[in-house]
Amino acid sequence: MSAPTLPDSSAQMPDGAGHFGPYGGRFVPEALVAALDELDAAYRKALSDESFQSDLARMMSEYANTPSRLYPAERLSARVGARILLKREDLNHTGAHKVRNVLGQALLTKRMGKPRVIAETGAGQHGVASATAAAYLDLECVVYMGEVDTARQALNVARMRMLGATVVPVTSGSRTLKDALNEALRDWVANVDRTHYIIGTTAGPAPFPEMVREFVRGIGVEARQQCLDATGALPDAVTACVGGGSNALGIFHAFVPDTDVRLYGFEAGGDGIETGRHASSITGGSSGVLHGTRTYVLQDEDGQTVESHSISAGLDYPGVGPEHAWLNDIGRARYSPVTDAEAMDAFQLLCRTEGIIPAIESAHALAGTLKIIPELAAELGREPTIVVNLSGRGDKDVHTAGEYFGILDGER
Amino acid sequence: MSETAGAADRSIGVAFEKAKAEGRALLIGCMPAGFPTVPGSIAAMRAMVDAGVDVIEVEIPYSDPVMDGPVIQRASDIALAGGVRVADTLRIIEAVAATGAPVVTMTYWNPIERYGVDAFARDLAAAGGTGLITPDLIPEEAGEWLAASDAYGLDRTFLVAPSSTDRRLAMTVAHCRGFVYATALMGVTGARTKTSEAAPTLVGRVRAVSGLPVGVGLGVGTGAQAAEVGRYADGVIVGSALIRCVLEAADETAGLAALGTLSTELAEGVRSVRR
Repeated sequence: MSAPTLPDSSAQMPDGAGHFGPYGGRFVPEALVAALDELDAAYRKALSDESFQSDLARMMSEYANTPSRLYPAERLSARVGARILLKREDLNHTGAHKVRNVLGQALLTKRMGKPRVIAETGAGQHGVASATAAAYLDLECVVYMGEVDTARQALNVARMRMLGATVVPVTSGSRTLKDALNEALRDWVANVDRTHYIIGTTAGPAPFPEMVREFVRGIGVEARQQCLDATGALPDAVTACVGGGSNALGIFHAFVPDTDVRLYGFEAGGDGIETGRHASSITGGSSGVLHGTRTYVLQDEDGQTVESHSISAGLDYPGVGPEHAWLNDIGRARYSPVTDAEAMDAFQLLCRTEGIIPAIESAHALAGTLKIIPELAAELGREPTIVVNLSGRGDKDVHTAGEYFGILDGER
Repeated sequence: MSETAGAADRSIGVAFEKAKAEGRALLIGCMPAGFPTVPGSIAAMRAMVDAGVDVIEVEIPYSDPVMDGPVIQRASDIALAGGVRVADTLRIIEAVAATGAPVVTMTYWNPIERYGVDAFARDLAAAGGTGLITPDLIPEEAGEWLAASDAYGLDRTFLVAPSSTDRRLAMTVAHCRGFVYATALMGVTGARTKTSEAAPTLVGRVRAVSGLPVGVGLGVGTGAQAAEVGRYADGVIVGSALIRCVLEAADETAGLAALGTLSTELAEGVRSVRR
């Protein structure tokens, strides 16, 4: 693949203190500031360090199996009235875009001379990816996971343990992803001199949102060039699901200067925004501070975090990366909710038309795409070309989906 | 609401000066608002004052308290499950301030941002609170709070840590008013069997750049530990050990009794060493 030529992206960078407009920044205990400064310095050095960049590029190619393909989904396209190009992040090692972020951060951990990494995980995907990178680069790994999630994702717990990681069930608060994040932050405060915290998404205190974006933005750089190569033009729209938002920023970032390319982020609508049981922080939340950053948050009148709900564990988080909050406010990307039911319809459609079982997260991206096709086609006066980020594969969701569709033996 | 003379008596600065005149460290005891209930937390804080705790630190319960260990997390969860609101915290502060003991408030930032920074400062001052300890707000992000605390004459306590660089420590201390909170350990709140070796050094580093009193928190839970920390710090801050008295008690009466006993032990601890 030839090197893509990109417009200058400096206009999208956060300011020197990690702010994206009013969002981002650092809302952390003072004890962590030195570690964030150290990380920031190591990250900026790595950006211009040829040996870091070449090591990472080699790992991404020979180990993570990237660049991922941009696949023209022809049967699906014929069914839905749009030219759908799927960015096949599901074919990466460990089955999702997350490997890009963890390899970057794990290599940075080695460069900082720290022997230990910690991570939080909801469904277990980021935990598995972190455990994988730790095994690959010989790092000690501890993964915090809510007790509710260790119970419903027992296979991923076993995977992490096979890879040599220690999995710590978190019993505080609501015993889910947000509490796992709290516990990881507590560990980090206590062990910061020998530990790096691999945050799993483009959230958290600066420099995490910017740094994680840097490690995943290859998705969009690749997709942009692949689309030009395949169709001779940029797509009309790029779509992705948004939980914390790393796969979405990963594919959006290279397209942000291309103002003719519409960017759509689809949040988990759970049972529907109106029911209050959802995980749509931008559509159904408000500005607040959570886990070290200012962003859109699901919260009550007193600023207490409200529990999120989604059939997709990977989107089941009551906050969102601060850059998404900003892209929303400036109107560069549009965010809307997709319900559990809509996502599962799209899940089944992709299984049956293309023989691809997507992660339920990625099924949200596809479901949202189906909803915007009519208006987009009307606006353009022709069939639109849409790049959909198929951020992960559905192996981990077979049980959930099997239950949902009532097709597990003994279920019905 | 009492007039300004009363408010000045309740200031943290005056309390530190009084303790200093007595040749001892000040004892600050922490309790989450609304734990185990709103009236229960007022009773607990009053019992602490009666037993010799100089200053009450009221923590606003928050759903995601990342600087706190398991004891304060559990107490906060109980308070929130009981339905305590930020407005209740202000009532509690008012009730405890009426005892004459200065009341400082510890809070994570989101509840304040949600309430409205200026509105909260106004209502806190009206309730007789002296100021805020802000564990997840650093001066760089505190623009609105700096302005509001100036407008309403409230104290600002930011944290310093053993990992703070000299430059950051000086900057942070320069933004403090009332007192400086030195986190003795790299870790979260909770009583420890050994107090910190890093704390005396950290207190010394603050003294080198400021005349403000320094309180030391994280890990203090016994009279002996309070005495040890009281040798070098201006204030000894105790939270989890006091909260555990209430958390682990069979009923409210037993909890208050245990709380009184430990408060007395801690108060004797800070008085047992001359500074």
